[in-house]
Amino acid sequence: MDWQGQKLSEHLMQILLLAFAVVAFATGYIMGSFQMMILIYAGGVVLTTLVTVPNWPFFNRHPLKWLDPSEAEKHPKPQLAVNSKKKSVKKN
Amino acid sequence: MHSFGYRANALLTFAVTILALLCTIGSLSDNLNTPSPSAQIEILNINWFQKQPHGNDEVSLTLNITADLQSLFTWNTKQLFIFVAAEYETPKNALNQVSLWDAIIPAKEFAKFSIHTSNKYRFIDQGHSLRGKEFNLTLHWHVMPKTGKMFANKIVMSGYHLPEDYR
Repeated sequence: MDWQGQKLSEHLMQILLLAFAVVAFATGYIMGSFQMMILIYAGGVVLTTLVTVPNWPFFNRHPLKWLDPSEAEKHPKPQLAVNSKKKSVKKN
Repeated sequence: MHSFGYRANALLTFAVTILALLCTIGSLSDNLNTPSPSAQIEILNINWFQKQPHGNDEVSLTLNITADLQSLFTWNTKQLFIFVAAEYETPKNALNQVSLWDAIIPAKEFAKFSIHTSNKYRFIDQGHSLRGKEFNLTLHWHVMPKTGKMFANKIVMSGYHLPEDYR
C-alpha cells in the first residue's frame, strides 16, 4: 500500500464506520429495535473491514518513484571522512 | 508501518469506540420518553389477620392489581421489575415497607395486566401495631435497560385500612 493508499484507507475506515453508525442508530430508533441497530452496525463493521483492511489494488495507484541507480551515482552521498577524522583525533 | 494487522487493529478500536458511543446515546434517548403509567390495587378480602405466637401481627390479603405500564417500555428496555409494597407508619419507625407481591414483565405486551392474587410474600409487622392501621399500597417499578441507566419510580395508593380486631 502506498502513501496515498494509506491515507485513503484510513479516511474510508473512519467515514464508513461513522456513516454506518448514524444509519444504524436512526433505523434502530425509528423501528424501535435495539437489535436492528446492532445488526446494521455489525454489518457495517464487517463491510468496512473488507474494504479497508486488505491491500486492494486501488490503494496502490500512486507508487513511489525511486531514482534510477545511475542517477544516484551522479549525486553521491556525503562522505563520512570528516567525522572519522574527528573520532581519530579524540582517540589520540 | 501500515500493515494488515495495523489496519485491522485501528478499525477494531474505532468500531468499538463508536459502539460505546451508540450505546450511550441509546441510553440517553430514554430521557425523551415521558411515561404515563397507571395502577389500581383493590383489596378484595382480608383472608385472615392474626397475632403470631411470638407476638408479630400477620395479615393475609386478596388483592386485585390492575396496571398499565406499557408507556415505560422504550426501544432500550429489556424488562421491568415491579413489586407491591405495603407502607405504613409505626411509633418506632416512620416508614415500614413490606413487599407483598412482585413480578417481572419481559415485554411490552405483558405490561397491561389485571391480576387477582393473594399476597405472595407474608405481610408481617415487626410488632403488633397492625390493628386498625391505615396503610399505603405502593407499586414500585425498576426499568432495566439493554444498555445504560436504570430507572425506578412508584405509584402510591393510599387509604387502605386493616380491621380493628384479629380474625
